[in-house]
Amino acid sequence: MTTPTQFLFRETGQADSGAGGQASAAVMDAGSAIHVRGLTKHYDSGFRALHDVNLDIRHGEIFALLGPNGAGKTTLISIICGLVNASEGTVLVDGHDIQRDFRAARQRLGLVPQELATDAFAKVHASVSYSRGLFGKPRNPAKVEQVLRDLSLWDKRDERLMSLSGGMKRRLMIAKALVHEPRILFLDEPTAGVDVELRRDMWNLVQRLKEDGTTIILTTHYIEEAEEMADRVGVINQGQIKLVEETRELMRQLGRKQLTLHLETPLAQVPETLSAYGLTLGDDGHELIYTYDGQGDRDSIPALLQALDAHGIHFRDLHTQQSSLEEIFVSLVRDGHR
Amino acid sequence: MNVYAVRTIYAHEMHRALRTLFQSVVSPVLSTSLYFVVFGAAIGSHITEVGGVSYGAFIVPGLIMLMLLTQSVSNAAFAIYFPKFNGTIYELLSAPVSSFEIVLGYVGAAATKSIILGLIILATANLFVDLEIAHPVWMAVFLVLTAVTFSLLGFIIGIWADGFEKLQFIPLLIITPLAFLGGTFYAIDMLPPAWQTVTLFNPVIYLISGFRWSFYGVADVSLAASLLTIGAFLTVCLAAVWWIFKTGYRLKA
Repeated sequence: MTTPTQFLFRETGQADSGAGGQASAAVMDAGSAIHVRGLTKHYDSGFRALHDVNLDIRHGEIFALLGPNGAGKTTLISIICGLVNASEGTVLVDGHDIQRDFRAARQRLGLVPQELATDAFAKVHASVSYSRGLFGKPRNPAKVEQVLRDLSLWDKRDERLMSLSGGMKRRLMIAKALVHEPRILFLDEPTAGVDVELRRDMWNLVQRLKEDGTTIILTTHYIEEAEEMADRVGVINQGQIKLVEETRELMRQLGRKQLTLHLETPLAQVPETLSAYGLTLGDDGHELIYTYDGQGDRDSIPALLQALDAHGIHFRDLHTQQSSLEEIFVSLVRDGHR
Repeated sequence: MNVYAVRTIYAHEMHRALRTLFQSVVSPVLSTSLYFVVFGAAIGSHITEVGGVSYGAFIVPGLIMLMLLTQSVSNAAFAIYFPKFNGTIYELLSAPVSSFEIVLGYVGAAATKSIILGLIILATANLFVDLEIAHPVWMAVFLVLTAVTFSLLGFIIGIWADGFEKLQFIPLLIITPLAFLGGTFYAIDMLPPAWQTVTLFNPVIYLISGFRWSFYGVADVSLAASLLTIGAFLTVCLAAVWWIFKTGYRLKA
């Protein structure tokens, strides 16, 4: 039987080769919003933050970059946005090299970093206008107002940043990243440490931006959000892209399914003759649990049910559940450490 | 050229000076005026003239230069250190702005503030003594060149500093002593011969001498030596800034 982990590692080879999932490299190269090839980052300390990363982000998609702490997510984003120098490799933004053609590349990018970094003494409106100016855009009070209104900061426009709450500062940083009208937005852990309401607002905003055609690359620890929001998911661990896949396809291919049968009569142990199914007992023998691959073992359930019937094991109810992206992610990362 | 970005950085820095008007303008003008009053009145009563110039008028160019050096350095150093300290430097590094434009914005604003301060002190001094400026164009040249050069030095210090102590270290322990010992309050020929030789190794003496020459036509060293010194220092600072941006020193990992 092919385990989810084996699946993952077969996919890993494809992602590393640069194809980025099932799409062909040629198609991705031509129209990628972000095109990364052979990206490596060594720090002076000898720490290797990224190793031969190949990645393509499509125009207009929401791409979730998942990985444990220290996996290289922020380093990758920082190199693309110009905060960190790469040791090797190339990055193109809309076809523009981030080194040779840095103005055109950066013009298209907006960055909301993970850390809340604000000038405590500046005022909200001035701070957002400053960001627009830095990106070479002429003054546009209407645009600044619109961005501040979108992020519920208009009423705070004359307040100093030191007086804003943590959630407001997070929104301000998004406003600063959006005010120069970027085509590609990086959100590094945008919902870390924000309350439920703000998180919901944030995801609504992300959806609206996507509808406007903005490409969004986000990192998050709330994997269920990536599962719900992202068109594609990339998993990075120990500085390497382990997997790039459509979120739905990933769930379909890799999501483990579990069939739970609620038995009429509890079992003391699983009969020997059923050992091939890897069944386990739960709820003091009242539940019989069968775990199987979402894709590979389609025919096994009728066979199992027939076998149970033959053994005189009857059930009164059943339910199935599919593993979440979080479980897939944990499995991938854990196996990556082996 | 990202003109909007340069203008934005420049305006942001000038606005910061207005926001901290007391610290940026009132404080240096007041302290320089105090030097002027105390030294001018206390010592001026014993030394009537230096090189044909009244002592009160003699110290004015030196005091302006003293303030110009320290304010240029601390203004520019703090301006670039502050975004590093609070993390907002990410925005500058991720913006489509060249290193030249960043320097133009920050150093331009720091130099402008210093020059404005210099002119305010000049106007204030004019209330106390009769000032005459023999070579106004040269005075402006020295004023601008010194402000730009030491703002560049401040910019370098701000990038190098990884704590407030380092930020203060060079202005307090190097620039101020060199300025005090650089002929602000005396002419070199008032010193014993051995100290005259030692003083010639102090680069600030050349700046003050040239600046004072533009006022009164009297100098400790030749005009060419003064221009050469400031030119050399400017070149070194420009080279250092170029290297910083080329390597990403203390800006980019």
